[in-house]
Amino acid sequence: MLEMRLYLAQRISAAILAPLVLMHLGLMVYAIQGGLDAGEILARTRGSLFWGSSYALFVIAVAVHASIGLRKILHEWLGWRGALLHGFSWLCLAGLLFAGLRAVAAVVLP
Amino acid sequence: MSSSAATSSTGSIAVSVWRGDARHGNFQLFQVPQQPSQTILDVVTWIQRHADPGLSYRFACRVGMCGSCAMMVNGIPRWTCRTHVNKVLRDNRLTIEPLRNMPIIKDLACDMSEFFDKWKQARGQFEGSSTRDQQVAALSPGLPRRRIADAATECINCGICYAACDVVSWNRDYLGPAALNRAWSLQNDERDCAGEQRLRAVAGDAGCHQCHAQQGCATYCPNELNPTASIAGLKRMVSQAWFNKGLACHPGKKCGLGKRHA
Repeated sequence: MLEMRLYLAQRISAAILAPLVLMHLGLMVYAIQGGLDAGEILARTRGSLFWGSSYALFVIAVAVHASIGLRKILHEWLGWRGALLHGFSWLCLAGLLFAGLRAVAAVVLP
Repeated sequence: MSSSAATSSTGSIAVSVWRGDARHGNFQLFQVPQQPSQTILDVVTWIQRHADPGLSYRFACRVGMCGSCAMMVNGIPRWTCRTHVNKVLRDNRLTIEPLRNMPIIKDLACDMSEFFDKWKQARGQFEGSSTRDQQVAALSPGLPRRRIADAATECINCGICYAACDVVSWNRDYLGPAALNRAWSLQNDERDCAGEQRLRAVAGDAGCHQCHAQQGCATYCPNELNPTASIAGLKRMVSQAWFNKGLACHPGKKCGLGKRHA
């Protein structure tokens, strides 16, 4: 029942993403008032547990959601199956987690 | 091939009909006289009787009850006995093919074995617990679950939804809209006692979670059923079972639902 678990994981990750996307959009609108300034952004995020955990959760939800979605497309449109499909899905998940969490760490860690 | 038979016609229609089997085939053009109130099944029957007796197709009741005569008409799956020519004619041309997503036996007759096999895989059989000696269960038409079952129960197994479903074309293992719609109606039948086993059957890797809710099935169902809604109901039911109490396994068998089950 892998497909059922993936279905639930994708829906749960979507439910997590919905408020986080709204938060991110709202923050972007707020952050660019008076110009885009790296220093201002870093002043807000450096050492912040709230922003660090929010964006880490964002990245995890994106990685889960996107890798399951891509897996489905590759299976249905290109006919990928078995080890190739599983391998690519895990690779996609790992790549998105690595790139996303690295970016979060770069703006949060002092 | 052409023919100029028929005396009460109002002109002729150019009809391209698929001829061939699972390996080889091609479209063959027939000129068929147009008649008032003519159905697609009338067109196919005219071709077989007047132009080519070797044309294979399937039909039985001719009144939209048996679900035998479904074919692709101008690329859309339709019940041909209830489809009037004047509603689907484009530029005085028709293209008639066997149903999509099923192997062709010959010409317009497709092999529906996998369609019915999947119906069984989804545990589409009613499984009651009472015997003939017991009283027949009284189910009020107003009961909420009875209403849900009623909404899904008028399927005639014509295969149109299966032919319309893109997910079936991408994933040959997918149970398909008709089988899952049947499972949904049984899941809401108070007399049925195989709910848990059926839920496991439809929660498998080829089951309800494959559906993308594109609604091809609901769009083309000749009885205006909505298998997409039935499948959504199954997804909800499976999810609720998973979160609330899990789906119990057969003793000693691993069902793939992990530690939540003994």
